[in-house]
Amino acid sequence: MFKALSDFFDSYGNMLISSIFIHLKFVFISVAIGFIIAFILGILLSRVPKLSVILIPILSIFQTIPGLVFIGVLFLYLGIKDITVIIALAIYAIFPILKNTYVGLISVDKKIIEAAQGCGMNPFQVLWKIEIPLAMPSIISGLRMSTIYTVSWAVLAAMIGLGGLGEFVYRGIETNNTTLILGGAIPSAIIAILLGYLIDKVQYHFTPRGLRKEP
Amino acid sequence: METEAVMQHLGLVCVSFIFTAIFGLLLGIIGYNFKRTRFIILWFVDILQTIPVLALLGIIMIFFGATFRTVVIGIVLYSLLPVVRNTIVGLEQIDPAIREAAIGMGMTKRQRLYKIEFPLAFPIIFTGLKISVITSIGIAVFGAVVGGGGLGYTINRAIMIQDGNTLFKATLALVLMSLAFDLIMGLIEKKLDYSKRRGSV
Amino acid sequence: MIEFKNVKKAYQDNVVIEDLSFTINDGEFVCIIGPSGCGKTTTLKMINRLHKVNGGEILIDGTNINDIDVNELRKSIGYVIQHIGLFPNMNVKQNISVVPTLLKWSKDKIDLRIKELMKMINMPFDEFAYKYPNELSGGQQQRVGVLRALAANPNIILMDEPFGALDPITRDVLQDELRNIHDQLKKTIIFVTHDMDEAVKMADRILFLDGGKILQYATPEEMLKNPGTPLIREFLGKISYDYNASDLTCEDVMRKRVYTVYNKERTLKCTSIMKQRDVASLVVVDHNNRYLGIIRIEDIKSEGVPGETIEKLIRKEDITVLINSNARDAFSELEKDNKEYLVVLKRDRQVAGIITRSSMAKALASLIWGENDV
Repeated sequence: MFKALSDFFDSYGNMLISSIFIHLKFVFISVAIGFIIAFILGILLSRVPKLSVILIPILSIFQTIPGLVFIGVLFLYLGIKDITVIIALAIYAIFPILKNTYVGLISVDKKIIEAAQGCGMNPFQVLWKIEIPLAMPSIISGLRMSTIYTVSWAVLAAMIGLGGLGEFVYRGIETNNTTLILGGAIPSAIIAILLGYLIDKVQYHFTPRGLRKEP
Repeated sequence: METEAVMQHLGLVCVSFIFTAIFGLLLGIIGYNFKRTRFIILWFVDILQTIPVLALLGIIMIFFGATFRTVVIGIVLYSLLPVVRNTIVGLEQIDPAIREAAIGMGMTKRQRLYKIEFPLAFPIIFTGLKISVITSIGIAVFGAVVGGGGLGYTINRAIMIQDGNTLFKATLALVLMSLAFDLIMGLIEKKLDYSKRRGSV
Repeated sequence: MIEFKNVKKAYQDNVVIEDLSFTINDGEFVCIIGPSGCGKTTTLKMINRLHKVNGGEILIDGTNINDIDVNELRKSIGYVIQHIGLFPNMNVKQNISVVPTLLKWSKDKIDLRIKELMKMINMPFDEFAYKYPNELSGGQQQRVGVLRALAANPNIILMDEPFGALDPITRDVLQDELRNIHDQLKKTIIFVTHDMDEAVKMADRILFLDGGKILQYATPEEMLKNPGTPLIREFLGKISYDYNASDLTCEDVMRKRVYTVYNKERTLKCTSIMKQRDVASLVVVDHNNRYLGIIRIEDIKSEGVPGETIEKLIRKEDITVLINSNARDAFSELEKDNKEYLVVLKRDRQVAGIITRSSMAKALASLIWGENDV
């Protein structure tokens, strides 16, 4: 067992490290882009709830299309480029964040908003000082979901030969090599778990003390 | 040829759904009844989701080879989370007063589960099942890599030979499938809406 | 001065207020009351433009409110709503300083102001300033809500059933405090309520609305003497002048609602009840509701052992009064060591009620102005 492990690192150690970095690069860039777009869209959508009746179901349909197809389609148009993967993953990352931002914002108690208006806050101040802080826990949990999914979907980058941990998985499946599959699967699961944990910490930090459940 | 792929895909989804429902409900009920197992069960189904689908399928393939069975197991493992979580949440959110009333009437734990708690939790549990089916349609696409056939095979090949037309058709089929499942299960959900009945009591 | 001139308000085709005209003088405490749907909250919210006026005009010190920037207007008017409305993401200090911050006061000035305000209602700054709303009792939250409205020293304060969600005892205390604040600061307060007792207790003038029209606008005394319509009379309750102060018994002046606990109750439970009800002590009874003594928060804090029953901590030395004894005796007893309340017992020592200063005052008020259902 130990020998298998050391053999694995001997032959693939460097590749593993660079793959992890490529993987992380895809995840971070796409989630960051996805987050910004989703956050802004979520705020806009919450200003016009009528629009969301149409938009949210459309996005839901988008979400049911497997990432594979997405990367495939973009690949046909854009070719083997990082941007192909990043766009596909970013689109995926948008939905959970958008939905949680929207839901978080519209579920802020109307009385609280009225109190804020009554204090003389303009709409921007109400949004910035009251609504967003109160929706923050929901927004961050959307971010957590997106990040974990993206780590998982980023494996697909290897499908069009762009590396990342998917490289191990694909090669492993093709050559029926257990060690290679696990070599891709385990680090990617660990990354997902670690990022999830990190975001939990961030979420705790961003949750106003007055809203934390535990004393 | 394409009908065949669609049928194969549906087969994967339906067979997996049966197992997901059985195991998901079972795990959910266990987690609800034995508080100590709850954390472990939720942790387990949560961790499963963090493993990339493809890798998960690859690992299962090591044990079961490139077969239909491998894909089904993969789909089941991957779509357990919504069912388990919603079962536990659904059972948990029942008004303690109702539960107390049932205990007061002398119902055993098992009777309570079948006659009171499960029916009341059903709308939420059903939502979990719905999410799980929709997810599994997407997951099944990956089945092609480990010999599961279905639309995943069509899509993969279309990408290889850069056949945009077929890729589009296959994608459309997937989306329609998701929509159909969503619609059908939404209708069933409405029919079974216990919460509305509860409101009229 | 606030003037309503032929104000009209409609939601789509539904006319809520047709032609409303009245004046509120500076420093006046006006309660707006009426049956639900009478337009009282709408009237209030039109003043800070949370609701738009559809016709006529509202003037503050001669200026039409529509000519003032809406956010400037709101910053210059304090606003307290029902169900508290504190911002849950901000602590007490941040909540109170919302408007001063919007007005860009300096940090030092804000700090000074908050300390001054918290002192006024006996909430020690060090203890409460950094607590969050969910760490306060209902009464404390509503106090902070009132302070938030007062923070920037507005001349006008609007209150929309601010004490509606509180239990009767806390409500009583807060009413007293608010009345004190008003007497000290002489702000113009417009206070919506559906509780006639509250209106009579608090208001300089009561504005009685029904169907968006004024039925009567008068001082409480005037309204009690000459209720304008049968509806107002109904709100005021049955009027009776046959009482004589010396005939009053403890039963007449007590409040029936008492927070009791059993002597076998555990300390933690007691403190949680106290916290919930915002009281410092509870009446202890046995299982037959017979009086045993008083349990005080400070005794639990200093001597209580978590998980133990309160039996050893019960104070038995407090004086009690019998239900049929003369109210005047009870009153002098209450005055003697400045007691918070007196426990009233039936002959078999079951607890009948408690007498507090405000229950006494209410009884006397009803004697003078006619009886309400207390």
